[in-house]
Amino acid sequence: MTQATIPTPQRPWGTSVAQRLTTAAILALAAVLAGAAIELTGLSGKLGFAAAYFFFASLLIFVQQLRLRDLAAAKDSLLSSFAFLAMTITLIPIVSIVMTVFLKGYKGIHFGMFANDMTQASVNDPVTSGGLLHALVGTILMVGGALIVSFPIGLLTALYLTEIRGKLARPIKFLVQAMSGVPSIVAGLFILSILVIPVTQELTGLMGSLALSILMIPTIARTAEEMLLLIPNELREAGVALGATQWRTVSGVVVPAAKSGLVTAVILGIARIIGETAPILLVSGGADALNFNPTSGPMGSLPFYIWKAFLTGGTEEAYARAWGGMLILLILIMVLFGLARYLSGRKVV
Amino acid sequence: MTLLENKSADIPAPREITTKPRRSDQIFRAVVTIGGMTSLVILGLIALFLSLKGISVLQVEKLSFITESKWEVLQDAEGKVAESTFGLGAMLIGTFLAAFIAVIVGVPIAVLSALYLTFYARGPVKKLLISLIDLMAAFPSLLFGFWGFIVLMSSAEYWAKLLNKYLGFIPIFDVPAPIFERSPFIAGLVLAIMIIPIVTAISREIFDQTPLDRVQAAYALGASKLAMIRAVVIPYGRGGVVGGAMLGLGRAMGETVAVYTVLNVVYQINWQVLFGAGGNVASLILLKFGEAGPEEVNALMAAGLVLFLLTLTVNAISDVLINKFGKKGR
Repeated sequence: MTQATIPTPQRPWGTSVAQRLTTAAILALAAVLAGAAIELTGLSGKLGFAAAYFFFASLLIFVQQLRLRDLAAAKDSLLSSFAFLAMTITLIPIVSIVMTVFLKGYKGIHFGMFANDMTQASVNDPVTSGGLLHALVGTILMVGGALIVSFPIGLLTALYLTEIRGKLARPIKFLVQAMSGVPSIVAGLFILSILVIPVTQELTGLMGSLALSILMIPTIARTAEEMLLLIPNELREAGVALGATQWRTVSGVVVPAAKSGLVTAVILGIARIIGETAPILLVSGGADALNFNPTSGPMGSLPFYIWKAFLTGGTEEAYARAWGGMLILLILIMVLFGLARYLSGRKVV
Repeated sequence: MTLLENKSADIPAPREITTKPRRSDQIFRAVVTIGGMTSLVILGLIALFLSLKGISVLQVEKLSFITESKWEVLQDAEGKVAESTFGLGAMLIGTFLAAFIAVIVGVPIAVLSALYLTFYARGPVKKLLISLIDLMAAFPSLLFGFWGFIVLMSSAEYWAKLLNKYLGFIPIFDVPAPIFERSPFIAGLVLAIMIIPIVTAISREIFDQTPLDRVQAAYALGASKLAMIRAVVIPYGRGGVVGGAMLGLGRAMGETVAVYTVLNVVYQINWQVLFGAGGNVASLILLKFGEAGPEEVNALMAAGLVLFLLTLTVNAISDVLINKFGKKGR
C-alpha cells in the first residue's frame, strides 16, 4: 500500500521571512532616526525619544505600505500603529505600578510585622519595629462582616434577576448598576448619617463593614447573575419536570451547579472592597492596637495603615512602611484575582 | 357556530390546571423578591438620609450651595461657630475639571486599546493583556493615588511645564505662579489611568458584539481593517462606547482618595489646570470631615448628596446608552 503524501499545511497569508526582516529593518531605522532627532533638535529625554520613535516608525511603515500597495493600506497601517501605541500606553502604568510596589515594598516587609501592632511604635520608627497585625485582623474582620451582609443580598438579587424574572427585573438591574457607581465616600457618609450620628455615636469596625457592603453588594450581584445565567436552562427544566418545586430546583440544582461561579462572585467582591480607603477613614476610625471586637472601639485596617504611614510620616521609614503595607495589599488582590480567574475558568470583569 | 357549540358540549369539562405555586415556593419567591428590592431600598435610604442631614444647610443656602464658592466657618472668641457659609461651587468646578481631563486623555487611549484587543491581538497575548487590564481595574484607588504622587508626579510636572511653555497663550494652560506640582492636570492624568481599564473593558465587550457577518461582508468586499472598523464597528459601537466613557466620567467624578493624595486640595476656583491648587467634592469631604463641627458635617452631608445625585445621573445615562447600543449588536 503506497503511502499518500500529505502536503504540509501552508499559510500563504502568513508573514514571510523577508517581510519580517523588512519590518525589523524599518523599526531599527526608526530608532536610528529618533536618536538623530534627539541629538539634532530640541527634543530630549525618554519621552522625546519615544515620541520621535513612534513618529518615525509609523511614518516609515506608512511610506512602505504606500509603495507596496495603495493609500488605503497605508492609512490602515496608521490605525494599527495608533492602536498599538494606545495599548502600550495602557500597559505602562500597570507595569510601573506593580514594579514600584514590589521594588519599594520589599524593604518594608519583615517577619515580625505579622506578629506586632503599632502600639509600641510610631510610623517613623525603623520598619523592623511594630507591624501590621492589627491592620490585617481589622481588614479580615471588616471584609468578613461585609461579606456576611452582602453575600445573601447579592445572591438574592441575582436569583431575582435570573430565576424569578419578575416585572421589576429590568429596573432592578438598572438600580444594581447605579449602585455600583455610588462613590465610596458617599457610602461612608450614608452610614454616618443613618447609624453613627443618630444611633451608635461611635466609630467601630461594624460600621466599616456596613459601609463596605454597600460597595460590595453590586459586585456580588452582577457577577452572581452572570454566573447563574451560565447554568443551562435544561437543568432547571429537568428539576421542574421531575416534580420539584422552584425552591427545590433552585436550592438543589441551580445554586449547587453555580457553586464555583458564586465563589468567584464572592472573591471579586472581596477584591473590590479590600483596598477601599475613603469609607474606612470616615466610619471605622483607625486604631494602632489590635481590636477583635467589631462592635466597640475604632478598628485598624490595611488601607488605614498605609494611609497613616504615608500621610503622617514623611521619613524614609514611614514611606517604606507604607509601601510594605501596599505590597501586602497588592499581593492579596492579585491572589484573589488569580483565584477568581482559576475558579471561573472564563473571562471575568 | 352551532356545530362548534354542540361538539364542545360532548367533551367533559377540562381538568382544572392551576399555576398557583405551593406554599414553599410562595415563601421562596417572596424572600427572593424582597432581597431583590434591597438595591432600591439602599439607594432610596442614601438619598433620604443624606437629605435629612443636609436639609438644614440647604434650607439656609438654597441654590447658592451649588453656585457660590465660599466654604467658611467663622468662630468667635470662645470657639463657638459664629457664622458659616457653605458654597460648593469651586469644588464642583474642580470635580468636572479633573473628570473631564480624565475622559479627554483616557477615553481615546482606552478605545484604541479596545480596538487593538478586539481586532489585532491574537491567542495567548490577547488573553494575557485582557487579564492585566482586568487586574488593573481591581487595583485600589489608594494605590493609584500614591503611585501618582511618587512616580507620575515628576514626569507629569515636566509635561505640564512643556504644555505651559508652548501652549501657555491658551488661558487654561496659563498659570498665575510657576507651581506645577499637585495640579488638577496631574490629578486628571491619574484619574485617566484609573478609568482606562474600565472604559477599555466595556468598549471591548461592545466591539466584540459587532455582528460577525457584517465584519466578514466588509472584508469580502475588500475592505481594509480601517475601512471595516469605520463602516461596521464604529456605527455599531458608537453609543456603547459613549456609554462606557460616561461610566468612566462617573467614576472619575466620585473618586476620593486618589485625588486627595495627588491634588493640593485648596478651596478656590481654579480653571488653570496646570496650577497646583484645586479639589473635588469627594476630596473636600475627606479633608473637612476630621475637624468639622455638627453644622459643617451637615454641610458635608449635603455635599455628599450633590455628589451622589451627580454620579447617579451620569451612571444612569451611561447605563441606558450601554444597554441600548450593546443589545443592538448582539
